[in-house]
Amino acid sequence: MKPALSVILLTTLIGAGQGLFLAYYSAEWFVMLSILARAQTDYSGFAAGLSFLLLAAGLLASFFHLGHPERAWRAAAMWRSSWLSREVITLPLTMLLMLGYALLKLGSYDPLVFVLGESIPIAASTLVGFCAVLALCALYVCTAMIYACLKFLRQWHSPLTVLNFILMGGASGFTLATALSAYTRDGRFAYFVGMAIFLTLAALISRFASLLRNRKLRSPSSLQSAIGVHHPTIRQLAQGAMGGSFNTRAFIHGYGASVVRLARRSFLLLAFIAPVALLQAGSETSAFLCVSAFVLQYLGLLVERWYFFIEAEHPQNIYYQMIS
Amino acid sequence: MTAKAAPKSQVKSTTCYMCACRCGINVTVEDGEVRFIQGNPAHPINKGVLCAKGASGIMKQYSPARLTRPLRRKQGAERGSSEFEEISWEEAFTTISERLHHIRETDPKKFALYTGRDQMQALTGLFAKQFGTPNYAAHGGFCSVNMAAGLIYTIGGSFWEFGGPDLERSRLFVMLGTAEDHHSNPMKIALAKFKRNGGKFIAINPVRSGYAAIADEWIAIKPGTDGALLLAVIHEIIALGLYDRDFLSQYTNSPDLVNVDPDSDDFGLFWRSDKEVEETCIEAENKMWWDRQQEAAVHSHSEHADPRLMGEFEADDGRKIKPAFQLLKERVEQYTPEWAAGITGIDADTIRRLAHEMGITARDEKIELPVPWTDAWGREHESITGNPVSFHAMRGLAAHSNGFQTIRALGILMTILGTIDRPGGFRHKAPFPRPIPPCAKPPKSPDAVQPGAPLEGMPLGFPASPEDLFIDDQGEAVRLDKGFSWEYPLSVHGLMHNVITNAWRGDPYPIDTLMLFMANMAWNSSMNTERVREMLVDKNEDGEYKIPFLVVCDAFHSETIAFADIVLPDTTYLERYDAMSMLDRPISEFEGPIDSVRVPVVPPKGECRPFQDVLVELGTRLKLPRFMNLDGSRKFKDYKDLVINYETEPGSGIGFLMGWRGKGGEKFMRGEPNPNQWEMYAKNNCVYQHELPRSFQYMRNWNRGYLHWAQDHGLIRYTDPVNLHLYSEVLQRFRLAAEGKRPGRQPPDHLRERVRTHFDPLPFYSEPLETQAIDKDRYPLNAITQRPMAMYHSWDSQNAWLRQIHAHNYLFVSPRVGLQNGFGDGDWIWVESAHGRVRCMCRFSEAVEPGTVWTWNAIGKARGAWGLDGNANESQKGFLLNHLISEEIPSGEGEYRFSNSDPITGQAAWYDLRVRVYKADDNEPKQTFPQFATQQRVPGMEPARGKWQAFFKGLGK
Amino acid sequence: MTQLALVIDLNTCVGCHACVTSCKEWNTSGEAGPMVDRNPYAAEPTGTFFNRVQSFEVGNFPHTQTVHFPKSCLHCEDPPCVPVCPTGASYKRPEDGIVLVDYDKCIGCEYCSWACPYGAREIDEQQKVMKKCTLCVDRLYDQSLPEQERKPVCVLSCPTSARIYGDIHDPESEASKAINDAGGYQLMPEWGTEPANHYLPRRKVDIAIHEEDLQRVDNPLRKEDRGPRAPTTRTTLDDSTSW
Repeated sequence: MKPALSVILLTTLIGAGQGLFLAYYSAEWFVMLSILARAQTDYSGFAAGLSFLLLAAGLLASFFHLGHPERAWRAAAMWRSSWLSREVITLPLTMLLMLGYALLKLGSYDPLVFVLGESIPIAASTLVGFCAVLALCALYVCTAMIYACLKFLRQWHSPLTVLNFILMGGASGFTLATALSAYTRDGRFAYFVGMAIFLTLAALISRFASLLRNRKLRSPSSLQSAIGVHHPTIRQLAQGAMGGSFNTRAFIHGYGASVVRLARRSFLLLAFIAPVALLQAGSETSAFLCVSAFVLQYLGLLVERWYFFIEAEHPQNIYYQMIS
Repeated sequence: MTAKAAPKSQVKSTTCYMCACRCGINVTVEDGEVRFIQGNPAHPINKGVLCAKGASGIMKQYSPARLTRPLRRKQGAERGSSEFEEISWEEAFTTISERLHHIRETDPKKFALYTGRDQMQALTGLFAKQFGTPNYAAHGGFCSVNMAAGLIYTIGGSFWEFGGPDLERSRLFVMLGTAEDHHSNPMKIALAKFKRNGGKFIAINPVRSGYAAIADEWIAIKPGTDGALLLAVIHEIIALGLYDRDFLSQYTNSPDLVNVDPDSDDFGLFWRSDKEVEETCIEAENKMWWDRQQEAAVHSHSEHADPRLMGEFEADDGRKIKPAFQLLKERVEQYTPEWAAGITGIDADTIRRLAHEMGITARDEKIELPVPWTDAWGREHESITGNPVSFHAMRGLAAHSNGFQTIRALGILMTILGTIDRPGGFRHKAPFPRPIPPCAKPPKSPDAVQPGAPLEGMPLGFPASPEDLFIDDQGEAVRLDKGFSWEYPLSVHGLMHNVITNAWRGDPYPIDTLMLFMANMAWNSSMNTERVREMLVDKNEDGEYKIPFLVVCDAFHSETIAFADIVLPDTTYLERYDAMSMLDRPISEFEGPIDSVRVPVVPPKGECRPFQDVLVELGTRLKLPRFMNLDGSRKFKDYKDLVINYETEPGSGIGFLMGWRGKGGEKFMRGEPNPNQWEMYAKNNCVYQHELPRSFQYMRNWNRGYLHWAQDHGLIRYTDPVNLHLYSEVLQRFRLAAEGKRPGRQPPDHLRERVRTHFDPLPFYSEPLETQAIDKDRYPLNAITQRPMAMYHSWDSQNAWLRQIHAHNYLFVSPRVGLQNGFGDGDWIWVESAHGRVRCMCRFSEAVEPGTVWTWNAIGKARGAWGLDGNANESQKGFLLNHLISEEIPSGEGEYRFSNSDPITGQAAWYDLRVRVYKADDNEPKQTFPQFATQQRVPGMEPARGKWQAFFKGLGK
Repeated sequence: MTQLALVIDLNTCVGCHACVTSCKEWNTSGEAGPMVDRNPYAAEPTGTFFNRVQSFEVGNFPHTQTVHFPKSCLHCEDPPCVPVCPTGASYKRPEDGIVLVDYDKCIGCEYCSWACPYGAREIDEQQKVMKKCTLCVDRLYDQSLPEQERKPVCVLSCPTSARIYGDIHDPESEASKAINDAGGYQLMPEWGTEPANHYLPRRKVDIAIHEEDLQRVDNPLRKEDRGPRAPTTRTTLDDSTSW
């Protein structure tokens, strides 16, 4: 597949935004459960706002992918069958809940709703945040399933696609949270950095597993099945259009093997190894290292998403190999 | 959508002209704009189907490459620089007619008129004859004249418009060489039906493209060696007795006795009795057979005679005589399958099997139609039989310097299989069969050309002996292209490919004005293209162009336009009247004569004017006799008027169109002009079709009923049977002249050997002339072109849809050739011939004989031509093989220069090309070579169209 | 249930591209149009086509087959492009099985083209909506057309009648019979999309020759095999009188 920049931006931005929200919201629970100490200043409202902005930026980017963005509202129609439609519903819903959470947190009005057990007061923001988490989990799944549901894109058609997406989104979110925490010194650094390293390593393992899986994949499609002629030697001579077509422009990336290899090594380094090293080296006092870790990881994930497209072999390309 | 008022929509029938096939089309016109073109289901040629080109007619109509104004080369501008100024038609007519008037009154042959695939030769020929110039021909000389001449001189008809394979009833169909671009839709329709009926289709071609793709068997042959294959097949068929003896005895000259006494002046001529015969243009029936029963010579076609086809006999006067078939048998004895295998690259077993399949299918799958008929000798037959083996070939065989004899061999193979004008075999289309050779003859001496007078005789014809050559007392050519001279005696379509070279060199003489219509002589229609472009701009020492005045008429911004002194903007086929006339090449089918017309469906763009109207106007201004009334007044308003009112002779009743003749349209073929003839055609799908009675549809060479019908309707003058020329006495007459054994005209000494060698009355195989002349080891590969089905020659690069299918071209080579020469698939390579070299990209293909390389014809264009951007694929990645082909046979300094053509017919030998290939240096530009300065757009053309275009309403405005 | 489709006969397709341009010609002016071209007269011309003819070489010299292969939307019975469409612009008509795009609903997200393993869809780069073969649905039911012309235009134009149109769910249709009789197959059956369009394979005809076919009593050579009889005027023993 040919990488689509707007889609790469969408998936990486919202993935990080969702992770960031998850990081701060989970921290809030750990505080409520007294596992983490209460921060001097609670930045969770701010973080949720940032998450909202990341999702909004992703949404904005996605509009550039559309031929008719003004009709985007129509995309909610087919939620019964289309993961894309489901994403289109869950994404604004998640944003709305995140925004609600942020406003409640940042504003002066956050009424207590009930007390859980005997000692855990549940504020409105906590409830809204809980809903936001449910929504963002659904969003993770929907976004990932857009790719994973395409069964003949074999490199994508795997639970690993969903797992990778959640883990990478979560990792980049927690790394961002780590950077934020290091910057604000809000005392959650240890939790975030630990989770960030854990998620990044988990994502590395999961992504590596998918690389291994994809390496061994053999498409059941071939020139033989594509044209229905069963002979070991078939070669295309002409594809019926010499100046290219939508099929060549949208699906054939045209990058050489060395570029692809470089990209793979780059994203493994940038998205996983470098951030872990920087996060390991970083501490609550070294915001720069943590911010760098996030920036590198985000760049790495951009490359990873790019590679994700490159890696997917679309069966239609069998029909578009040669001109004459 | 719904608010929009329904546009005024109208469907008009006319005839397509996106190629030479001439299918019926229905054109939907909305508010004066063409919206949709579809095949006409009621049309006999295409029965509703339409090819890729036909369905893209809209994009031709509205192409930005169209010329719209008459133009004159600017004062002081160099020819070729494309600097033109707009002039009025009046100015154009005045300029041309004044010049032509002077030429006509002084030396008419200084005006030359040559045309491309125009489908109006009846008019252009008339104009040339009336003008008085011998220098006229259409493009047949570089197209496929060998196919026309080779078969007409053998069976009295040929393929494509003249006749074709009866695939409806055939069981085995053999196609030789590339043949995709004529009669294409009917051939496709028939081929599909043939395959569905379970027939076997064999393609013999160096390349498996085109129709060969769906062949049941592909036999890869080396280019130019088809003659060897055919002769070996004939050898095998005769050796095994698989020929149709009854057919040969009755309907061919196989049993006719030939004088084989080498010392006799009649050596090689038929032994003729002293029976009284009428002197006509057709063969007298005074030949002799050797009867099996009597074991004695008898008059040919004597009742109950059973002639011997083999043996050697002695006449009463002691002369040695043999049946013609015996001579053929002796000739092909040397042509064993093993011999042919070494030449063709096809193994001997395959050649044998091919012969067996043909012979056994012909013999064992006989067709019998319950149709009684009477032959020319009065014998009644209860049925018509057929041997269901058929063939098709076109320029794959024709475009070689040995093509005439190869095609003779094909005609003879079809003949010995007993397949001529019989069900399942080859069948004629009206007005064929013609006598062998047909009666029309070229003028015989320079006296035919006189100032101020029409040419005496037809500019083109069919010589039957040296007396029919168009030469002077020294034996030199009268025609500029040297047609009908001893160099190319049977050049029945002229040699357009040598016109510019000859005029430039002044050999045989310089001319003043060359008028080209629809022929892209500065590009794909010329061999040696680069040099021809130089010739067009070359000047004498006095600063005058060597070809002083060049008038070009075309609808599009072709490469040739740049070299014109006057440009005349032609219409498209949707804007004019045309006649697919019996006088030219009608669209007849096996079942009977058919002709058709074009009628305009939209008005001409800008100031475009049909070339036919231009000729009528010029003819009138020049006061050419047939364009004037007796009182000196204008006779024809325009071409439309001429088509219905012209008669071949005053009162002959024969005109351009055969349908709805007579005052009320009640007659056909012959009848007085009908003022409503156009309307009647327009109302009837633009077609007139006459279906012959079933008993007249076969065996027409010898079918008394048909011959009388044809005579009655003015198709032929004589009803004599047309026996097939297995043995060609016509050729032998030329050979005897070359040997000095014949009284009358003899070739100049330097041509004697050439004529003697090639005018062999029996087919023989010789290596193509270029191959003989060059170093075969240095140029080991044959290079040919194939015709893409979605592009007709150079016509379609201005077509936004079709050019997406063929935007540029590659040289297709066997991977082995790449391996041997160190380049890979897709690499830039050089292709070099003894004449020049081109740089192009290669594409590996397993569907090509490894000793052959090929490309699509005429995809490559000159930079900026055809309304395309300077960076268009056609000029930057596309290339033309023509740059490698010389228009003359390679010869030493000071040696005589022959056209690179068949020495019998003057057919351009495009396919004789030999090349070598090697990798281009990595530092060289990734661009084809040669490149030319960008051809500029000319006044009257639309500005460049821009990046986006969708065909929608308003584009044509 | 009706499933309209094309059956494409590779045994007769000569690769002439008639279906390609007749499709463009009809549809650019029809309800599915316009079909835009980019760089129509410049470098790398490209445009929207609903149907293209591709060429393949099968086997190695001299046993090479050249296969011309027309390809358009296959109107799958289980079309993967339909459920993925978020707007419902892409749909399969229940009444005749034709897969269509509603241009007014299409947001141009290209997701359906990702979901099509055959590359049958093309975005219109100017109108920014996804386009594809409609099986000329604007001809099929048009009562103003003569009945025999209510067919896809590619079917009408095809010179080798290599395109058979019909209801493949009706066992009596010409299309169904062709599939049954000639071994019609689907493209990439491995994905379970159940393409409605089928292809008919190449079928080879051979002529069997037996040795006996070459030895026949009616061989015409036998009519020639006795040399010419000697002239009766020559002296023979008949002239001898000394017996």
